[in-house]
Amino acid sequence: MTMSEVQPPSLPTNSPKVSPTQYMHDRVRWRLSEALPWIVAVGAFWVFPNYLVLGTQMIIMIIFALSLDLILGYAGIVSLGHAAYFGVGAYTTGILSAHFGWNEPLSGLLMGGMVAGVFGFASGWLLLRYHGLALIMLTLATSIMLYEFANVAEVWTGGFDGLLGITIDPIFGIFESDLWGKTYYWYSLFVLFLVFLAVRRIVYSAFGRGLVGIRENTKRMHAIGSPVHQRLVTIYVISTIIAGFAGALFAQSTAYVTLDVLSFSRSGTVVIVLILGGVGRLYGAFIGSIIYMIIEDELSRISPEFWEFGLGLVLVLVVMFFRRGLLGAAEDAMKRIRGASS
Amino acid sequence: MTTALEVRSVSKNFGALAVTQNVHLSLERGARHALIGPNGAGKTTLINLMTGLLKPDQGSIILAGRDVTSFSQEARVKHGLARTFQINQLFKGLTVIENVALSISERRMHGHDFWSPAWTKSDVLDEAMALLEQLKLESDALVPMQQLPYGRQRLVEIAITLGQQPKVLLLDEPAAGVPSAESHIILDAVDALADDIAILIIEHDMDLVFRFAKSITVLVRGEVLVEGTPDEIAQNAEVKAVYLGEKVNG
Ligand SMILES: Nc1ncnc2c1ncn2[C@@H]1O[C@H](COP(=O)(O)OP(=O)(O)O)[C@@H](O)[C@H]1O
Ligand SMILES: [Mg+2]
Repeated sequence: MTMSEVQPPSLPTNSPKVSPTQYMHDRVRWRLSEALPWIVAVGAFWVFPNYLVLGTQMIIMIIFALSLDLILGYAGIVSLGHAAYFGVGAYTTGILSAHFGWNEPLSGLLMGGMVAGVFGFASGWLLLRYHGLALIMLTLATSIMLYEFANVAEVWTGGFDGLLGITIDPIFGIFESDLWGKTYYWYSLFVLFLVFLAVRRIVYSAFGRGLVGIRENTKRMHAIGSPVHQRLVTIYVISTIIAGFAGALFAQSTAYVTLDVLSFSRSGTVVIVLILGGVGRLYGAFIGSIIYMIIEDELSRISPEFWEFGLGLVLVLVVMFFRRGLLGAAEDAMKRIRGASS
Repeated sequence: MTTALEVRSVSKNFGALAVTQNVHLSLERGARHALIGPNGAGKTTLINLMTGLLKPDQGSIILAGRDVTSFSQEARVKHGLARTFQINQLFKGLTVIENVALSISERRMHGHDFWSPAWTKSDVLDEAMALLEQLKLESDALVPMQQLPYGRQRLVEIAITLGQQPKVLLLDEPAAGVPSAESHIILDAVDALADDIAILIIEHDMDLVFRFAKSITVLVRGEVLVEGTPDEIAQNAEVKAVYLGEKVNG
């Protein structure tokens, strides 16, 4: 008796015979449901015109969380210091504008990503030889050192008082920044879309499968001749570039950078966001960011001191009952509904 | 050059434990060699030393005439050396066919491509499917790895390794944990490999060993006790003593 004969019929993957080639094609195919976040994002512009600044921050959080998902969710690299690259991106763009008058937004954004990527390459090349707890501590230590460095380099960063004097030119030389955050909402959404397209391709590529292989069994990856360290450094650099983009967008949209961009709490937040939404599932970053920002916005309005208790509670519930995050839970629920109806 | 893999006076210590002691072992092209010995003799360690998972304290590893002692595992794999693990090393979160396809994809250097969708146009999947058929796993192709019974997982372990198309194949107790009704699938697959591939097998089942091997090395406490043809080993008094002693102890 073969396994497929004893498969319960409720498992949809095996019941209708799909060929493996078909299966691989189906994995990467765009689903109708994937239009949903973009419809919501575009629709929100008209439905919530007073929340566009918050919306922009959500989008930036999604970009940041996507960058973490690449290394955490796919390659299995646990980092508690990912804010380092968000911060480097933010300071790069901010300093270019405040000190050098480099105010053109697109090139400023690119520079933010590139400099973060250079940092990512240097630290990743050194750090990614370590595993487990040691690696977690090293990522944490890196971000703490950067934080302290930014604090000391007051001349450049403004230290504790923050970096003032950032001015950003109109985007494409046309779209001016406005009080309601319309321009930056569209701009950030556009960047998110491009980042997402790239991340989606990477995740479904042979390289992306290799990352999952490393996450699932590093020992076996070595034994099938995969250059594990090189792969990890590659995805780390890609991830840190994207984190740098998020930071750069943050600097541009708020025209102000404080040490907070490098803080441990920001590193922790993005991990929480991914765990809420679902790790290693592409859209988990979307769900997690939106839920997190709504909780933060709503609860902190009710109680500015106590809101994080509510966040903690939600996190505990998700970790206890929805191991695969809220998106994973939603998928399971959908499967059950479909299974029951068929 | 007819020597596929050579272990030259290799020693390895774990602290005070001399787990490999001045071991010489050589596999000719097309070798069908068995490495036997009691548990804890250092058989797995020797494979780890050959593949580069461990570095020897002394001695060298020669692969197809080249000293690879300083090579990484991946570099040795690229030079045709592949192994299975005594304890399965699988990609539990992937389907069976993806486990095998990943190995083939790495061999073909597809793993650097971070832009095209994985294995949709290429014949990676066809090759993976052919391997699965060889190991009678084709009906499990799309089954998630962790839903597979242990014995069948063991077959995937071997399929992954065969996906490397090795010139030297090291099998660490491939049939352990496989129901005896299915263990012949493993040997059939191994038998079907090209004649010029050198194969080293660690195995406790003496029927399998004598059916398969043309030469045998007996390892005891990290040292080569004796090497010879199956007949010579079967007649050897020291070997008999070791194995009888083993049975009494264990
Ligand atoms: N990484 C290690 N560190 C310390 N001791 C080890 C390690 N690996 C194996 N050993 C010890 O080395 C000896 C040989 O182990 P092994 O090579 O697995 O033997 P075998 O495969 O012949 O059963 C055992 O006593 C084992 O406990
Ligand atoms: Mg062993």
